Amino acid sequence: MSSLITRRKFIVAATAASLLAGCDTHPIKGFLGAMKDWNEKFEGFVYSPTRLAPELPVSDTTPESAFPAYFVSDTVPTVPQNWTLSVSGLVERELVLTLDQLQKMTRTDVRLRHHCVEGWSAVASWHGVRVSDIAKLAGLKPGVKYVEFNSFDEDYFSSWDLASAMHPQTVLAYGMNGHPLGSDHGAPLRVYSAIKLGYKMCKYLTEVNFLPNKTGGYWEDQGYDWFGGV
Amino acid sequence: MPESHDPAFKGRREQPLPIRIVHWCNAVFLILMAGSGLQILAAYPYLGPRGAQYRWYPLQGTSPPMWMRIGGWLGGGRHWHFAIAWFFVLNGIFYVSYFFLSGEWRRRMFRPWHDTYGAIAQFLYYLRIRRTEPPVDFYNGLQRLAYSSVIIFGVVMVLSGLAIYKPVQLHFLTLLFGGYDGARVVHLAGLCLFAMFLVAHLVLVSMHPREILNMITGGHRE
Repeated sequence: MSSLITRRKFIVAATAASLLAGCDTHPIKGFLGAMKDWNEKFEGFVYSPTRLAPELPVSDTTPESAFPAYFVSDTVPTVPQNWTLSVSGLVERELVLTLDQLQKMTRTDVRLRHHCVEGWSAVASWHGVRVSDIAKLAGLKPGVKYVEFNSFDEDYFSSWDLASAMHPQTVLAYGMNGHPLGSDHGAPLRVYSAIKLGYKMCKYLTEVNFLPNKTGGYWEDQGYDWFGGV
Repeated sequence: MPESHDPAFKGRREQPLPIRIVHWCNAVFLILMAGSGLQILAAYPYLGPRGAQYRWYPLQGTSPPMWMRIGGWLGGGRHWHFAIAWFFVLNGIFYVSYFFLSGEWRRRMFRPWHDTYGAIAQFLYYLRIRRTEPPVDFYNGLQRLAYSSVIIFGVVMVLSGLAIYKPVQLHFLTLLFGGYDGARVVHLAGLCLFAMFLVAHLVLVSMHPREILNMITGGHRE
């Protein structure tokens, strides 16, 4: 991240954050904090690694103009030159993958209902590579419990439990509805999953880190639930 | 409130202590659930998925007023909603268990073959269409209908809420309500029914203020 944050940029960012979240920071403590921890345990308890979300017919597809696209930067983040995805952390082989290499891997297509934390749903097709296939390629070392996805959309990131990341319907998508991923939907590569709320699906991916420890996330650090499962 | 003429209730108060505790806890939980639920609704005050919002819903895009919301922001509303939901469910399980185990169901539960006529007669009496109050047991037919059906509203609210909370993990429940957006419709309709129940309940108990006192002190023993 740039260390040259101008005062104006800071104010704009702070205003945007407070508009989006309602307030700047939300430490969840006391009774609500205890219940939030309890509910995250409950979410992990009801999560089944083998339960698949229904694949939907093409007629259910939401018109793309009606499918919201969010990013936290002031303007649509554009793909950096010589973009690559780096795969690191507790792995046998650290990887640096180009989009071309990703597209040559086994392709997985899903057409699923998207569930946003705000309450709306929408349907699209996504084309990409399973996170579990990336994990196989890199070779996970014992002790990996979490997966962190990082992006070039300011400091947006999200960390997941390993089981959810390894779900067969969790992919790194480079395509949407039969065409390459658009800039507003996270080009060149984004996380897409049947089993998480939208804010967990980090767009504009740069890194996948397999970690032994839990880290937070852009919205998670502002008080939204970390598990965010559906 | 007249006596039930059932010897099983001899010496028991009109509103036994467990029912009073459940009632007032429920009053608090319902306010918190409704307020935090409306805070969540405010983030997407529409029914139907993106690009196919339901035309029949008259309040598309209308956010609930600020004074009705609890939690301050979407995440806060969610934390309150999912925290209090546990207590609401536990309270409900406790009430239904007590309702049947204590025998209270006999003077409170709506029995369709027995109470339908009484409920209609009582309703017509309140509307001033019928002149004389129908003969009343411990509860009249309309009270039995209201206080029994509100238990079913509660069950539907919990199930439709779970269907929205975990539409993939609890997919069988979500299907039952016609999918994720169907479950949101049912959940909001349930809130409207609860609100209508509350209005009728408050109007009627204000006409019989001794019932409010009974729900605090327990009333006299049969």
